[in-house]
Amino acid sequence: MKTKFINVFDPLKNERVEIMDKDGKIINPKLVPDIKDKDLIDAYKLMNLSRRQDDFQNKVQRQGRLLSFLSSTGQEASEVGYTLPLIKGKDWFASGYRNNAAWLTAGMPMRNIMLYWMGNEYGGKAPDGVNSLPPNIIIGSQYTQATGIAFAEKYNKTGGVAVTTTGDGGMSEGETYEAMNFAKLHELPVIFICENNKWAISTPYAKSTKSINIASKGIATGVPSVKVDGNDFLAVYAVAKEAVEFARTGNGPVFIECDTYRLGAHSSSDNPKIYRPEEEFQEALTRDPLIRLKNYLIEKGLWDQKKQDKLDKEQDEFIQKEFEWAEQNKEYPLEDIFDYIYAEKTPDLEEQYQEAKAFFQAHPEAKGGHH
Amino acid sequence: MAGKVLNNVKAVSEALDVAMDKWKEVVVYGEDAGFEGGVFRATEGLQAKYGEERCFDAPISEAMFVGVALGMAMNKMKPVVEIQFEGLGWASLQNILGHMGRMRNRTRGKLPTPVVIRMPMGGGIRALELHSEAMEAIYAHTPGIKVVCPSTPYDTKGLILAAIESPDPVIVFEPTKLYRAFKQEVPDGFYTVPIGEAFKIQEGNDLTVVTYGAQTVDCQKAIEQLESKNPDITIELIDLRTLKPWDKKMVFESVKKTGRLLVVHEAIRSFSISSEIIASVNEECFEYLKAPLSRCTGYDIVIPFDSGEGYHQPNPTKILVKMEELLSYKF
Repeated sequence: MKTKFINVFDPLKNERVEIMDKDGKIINPKLVPDIKDKDLIDAYKLMNLSRRQDDFQNKVQRQGRLLSFLSSTGQEASEVGYTLPLIKGKDWFASGYRNNAAWLTAGMPMRNIMLYWMGNEYGGKAPDGVNSLPPNIIIGSQYTQATGIAFAEKYNKTGGVAVTTTGDGGMSEGETYEAMNFAKLHELPVIFICENNKWAISTPYAKSTKSINIASKGIATGVPSVKVDGNDFLAVYAVAKEAVEFARTGNGPVFIECDTYRLGAHSSSDNPKIYRPEEEFQEALTRDPLIRLKNYLIEKGLWDQKKQDKLDKEQDEFIQKEFEWAEQNKEYPLEDIFDYIYAEKTPDLEEQYQEAKAFFQAHPEAKGGHH
Repeated sequence: MAGKVLNNVKAVSEALDVAMDKWKEVVVYGEDAGFEGGVFRATEGLQAKYGEERCFDAPISEAMFVGVALGMAMNKMKPVVEIQFEGLGWASLQNILGHMGRMRNRTRGKLPTPVVIRMPMGGGIRALELHSEAMEAIYAHTPGIKVVCPSTPYDTKGLILAAIESPDPVIVFEPTKLYRAFKQEVPDGFYTVPIGEAFKIQEGNDLTVVTYGAQTVDCQKAIEQLESKNPDITIELIDLRTLKPWDKKMVFESVKKTGRLLVVHEAIRSFSISSEIIASVNEECFEYLKAPLSRCTGYDIVIPFDSGEGYHQPNPTKILVKMEELLSYKF
């Protein structure tokens, strides 16, 4: 397959795919992907929605209405960019834990995402027609799981592609190498993404690796690897789209480093001010992926402030409604903690369930937790 | 029914052969599991028969083995993973405990992970470091996983087929000491031994001995010695076969009849399978007991090499002494 990016941009020379500059001006017209205006606007809307959901969740988390959550703020171009080329119901997304914009793009309903962060496992159950794994908290394994999913796609000749992602911190997990090694041995249709957002909680990139970049870590396994400006939606989308086609047509896996920045905290219980240099953060703000894509859309005559105001209002209302639904549906009955451990409850588990049921019937006040 | 006379390791091959023939979605892999058929030759002949796509060597990365198997299982396949020796597979623990046991619950039943992991386990084969481990309690302790440990060729084939058929992830511990210890006639074709059902090797009235794996043989030897010395005494011997969920019903009924219990295993003693059985029998059968609930196990030590292994593992003499203590116990 003729490629523009794969095996063209060399990670060992630290080459990086860039299409727009930090203000949204096209600097590489030849590389601009073929994407319909409507799809471009939809991508921007997803990025905007995820950003506003992050802001909203920050607010309600402080009110104690979410257990926790990990914001995608600053990484929306990457997440929407690499998930958008997937075919819903056919392709797979094996996530990490910071993937709000990617989940929305892959088709995960916002209410599910909110339920998850409220502490309800139903949030991890994707609806029919959405092949998304639940958030992965112990990172690294989503790489091997996506590889197994891709093995099954190739084995069953079902034509699907798996996309998986982790951060720069996750790339220290051995499983990322192990997965790429195996995926290349079997030429599996899997796209490995690393969102290099420069911080693994409080550990800076420079204390995680001495590699010239993350993309070069794929070279040893033989997996074609590309580094891309992760805050440039057009660049991520173009590379991911090529990678998905490359993998789908039997050329094996691809590894993509999205060079991005985490603008928010690691999690809602983290304070980046204590470890992150203020000047670094201020500089990163000038490369905000939303502003860049918005400027590009305005330049193309596809967007204006009036449209933005209308969109913000609609999306805020939508977010509020999804949240209210999730809050009203977050409780589940006692049996649900027993019902999904095995296909059928084992005799032991049935006994323990009956014991718990009798106990909580006699002592309804004894249900623990924050209720 | 037609059958073949097989040892345990051949019963493993036979089970995998039947499963691969029956279900196209079964793939078998592990270190050296393809061409050579594994260090114990348990997968010998499968690659030649089913091709490299379905039976293959995996690079030495145990975390990957299980992670990949999880992805396969979530996408409609039935992977059977071989960990070369139990003690060499601990890099896969994160995926077994942290993902395999949890994915069904985390997705409310949408993405079950019916993976089968086979692990040669236990000592008595004059092996080196980490080749004689018996850490089954770790796996049995983990919600969402089932654990079996067959001791005979018939059970080996039947339990492996039950494990592959099971909608839940199952770990199959294969006692290495018994791989080639004896032979038994095994029916041809597909059959299963139900997960969760123990097997009563012999009936008795005076003491219940519960064991599994390689110690079934040691217990039989010890019981023969005891019964020949004491013709009035009969011992009930139960092979658990499934460690999780274990057959409480059979064990409770037996202890209610005999009033005495000895649990025998080579795994280290504390927080072990015997801990669980003794605690449960205490809760359920207390008023029937004629002696303290007891056990004959390995010690809480690093599993010794060959030179020290004889100290650690239960053997017929150790078991015999324990049985005699319990039979002569007076409150």
